[in-house]
Amino acid sequence: MNKQWRTGVAAAASLALVLAACGSDDDGGDEASSESVAPTESTGEADDGGGAAACDSPDQVSLQLQWFTQAQFAGYYAAIDQGFYADQCLDVEIKEGAVEIVPQSELANGNADFAIAWVPKALQTREAGADIVNIAQVFERSGTLQVSFADAGITSPADFAGKVIGNWGFGNEYEVFAAIGEAGLDPVADVDLVGQQFDMVALLEGEIDAAEAMTYNEYAQVLEAINPDTGELYQPEDFNVISYEEVGVGMLQDAIWADAGRLADDAEYRDQAVRFVAASLQGWAFCRDNVEQCATTVTDAGSTLGASHQQWMMNEVNKLIWPASTGTVGTIDQAAWDRTVEISKSTPNLDGATVLTADPTDGAFTNDIVNEAVALLDGVDLAGAGYTPIDVTLNEGGE
Amino acid sequence: MLLAVAIAAGAWELYKALGPPDGGDVFGWRIIPKTNDRVMPHIWEMLAEFGDPEVRGRDTAVWEAMLGYSWYTLRMSLAGLLLGGALGIGLAVLMARFRVVERGLLPYVVLSQTIPLIALAPQVAALGGNWGLPKWTWAAALAAFLSFFPVTIATLRGLQSVPAASLELMDSFAASWWTTLRKLRFPAAVPFIVPGLKLAATASVIGVVVSEVSLGLRGVGFAALSYGQKTTSQPATVYTAVFAAALLGLIMFGLVSAAEAFVMRKRPTEINT
Repeated sequence: MNKQWRTGVAAAASLALVLAACGSDDDGGDEASSESVAPTESTGEADDGGGAAACDSPDQVSLQLQWFTQAQFAGYYAAIDQGFYADQCLDVEIKEGAVEIVPQSELANGNADFAIAWVPKALQTREAGADIVNIAQVFERSGTLQVSFADAGITSPADFAGKVIGNWGFGNEYEVFAAIGEAGLDPVADVDLVGQQFDMVALLEGEIDAAEAMTYNEYAQVLEAINPDTGELYQPEDFNVISYEEVGVGMLQDAIWADAGRLADDAEYRDQAVRFVAASLQGWAFCRDNVEQCATTVTDAGSTLGASHQQWMMNEVNKLIWPASTGTVGTIDQAAWDRTVEISKSTPNLDGATVLTADPTDGAFTNDIVNEAVALLDGVDLAGAGYTPIDVTLNEGGE
Repeated sequence: MLLAVAIAAGAWELYKALGPPDGGDVFGWRIIPKTNDRVMPHIWEMLAEFGDPEVRGRDTAVWEAMLGYSWYTLRMSLAGLLLGGALGIGLAVLMARFRVVERGLLPYVVLSQTIPLIALAPQVAALGGNWGLPKWTWAAALAAFLSFFPVTIATLRGLQSVPAASLELMDSFAASWWTTLRKLRFPAAVPFIVPGLKLAATASVIGVVVSEVSLGLRGVGFAALSYGQKTTSQPATVYTAVFAAALLGLIMFGLVSAAEAFVMRKRPTEINT
């Protein structure tokens, strides 16, 4: 009996050893989980970045995304791939998001050096005590839509009355509520608001009349689905699309956030922030001019989205950024900021909660970093005045 | 077991063939699920997805990608099971040794299982981030949190299952508590521990998959979420991840069974009864 026990324990112990060995090489084995890709030789365009000569050991910084690798974050992946970060003497680790990862909290907790987050959500975290600051407003326009079938006749928020309106929750719903309020409707009495998954199945199945969608993702999903009546893909004319940006209740979305305390006290971090923003903006400018290449870069970095979906996303994201009406991408426009804050303060959701209870305290955003970053970039077009989107044809399933 | 799978697949297709395409309401509640291809894809469509490339134009097929995801998930699940098993047995021994520990701790052990994993995930992530632990250990820790419970309960029951006469015999030899544990209580507890470990094995997979979804680790849970984004146009793809997760549970279960056979191979059969 005793002997058998020893054998059993020995077996368990050796299994544990094997496991420990397996575990320790996880970073190597799971290459897709972090993207500290060695920069490939840049394609001739990178030599306009400054400071490349004096870089012995690049600074390690990390960027926390809101979601998995996808073209929504193409500028950062392109900056790695094209060596723009390396030109600025940075070694950037991109951390993917997930359901429970809150980028601005990761930033505030010190788990990441920079984070991408929507402005209202980040301001809410800031109001709760996180010492963070918006250092570059990458997306100038809101990409939120409300999509309905054309025969439902929903062409403006006023038509929401008496209809079943899908919305996402998690702080993604405030533009919907602002539009309802703007149209003079009461969100409780006049509209049937229901929670919606991050897909368009409920709309196609007729469970809801109008679904919340991002231009660059969910809207593409319906256009990649087969219309059972025709046997072909759904066409844009099958739908009515309300853009919250056009309705006038667009809120600022993807921005680069930094740790405000470190920015004030740590000169090295501040310097890294300037260089990080510079290379990131350069990456976005590159993706404006190289839509297909950037889509491929993102897929190479581990996205499982189909090729045409990825290209669509890249093209739509470009439309949210370019042309930069402030003249320089990343610059925070006071009027758009004020509108975002105003809606955040004054729009209650179904629970009666507003995003913010008061104006953000001083220092919620700064244009200083962007201004210094721009000085590092000679000859990069950061205005995109002549920008024209390309045409992307979606295939079934986004492939 | 194959028969059971065939019956389940048959039932799915039978309902799909006979059920109402647009579902049905019972007293205003949507009870009867829709049977159209978007809501209930054909089984063969799900299986065919394994052969498609994960991204069109790339070499990696879904089954290859899924194999990679599964291996990653399996390793974390095993780590979680080992951690949970060790913790579970350790706690049970402690509780068997000191009555006061059992009285004091057992309610909290039970209580711990009422905490939803997704509420715990951010805390574990914050701690793990502060301590600089690699991300896979967070998932293993959460898996251990789910899997220690059945092991604790089963082991405690097993340790206390020894007949009083046997204990008195050990006492008459003036055997120490430790010797009694090693030679009498623990061997007697094994038939209890094994079913506990089997429950723990599947719980560990669930723990890891939920952690992956919450924290962003590229295993089967990630695949489920990532393929789920294609639900609108390719509803069958996400089921490949469902199948992989189910298979992982079976593999973990099988590993425990194999370990059981190994440990019990020389045990006289009458003890097993």
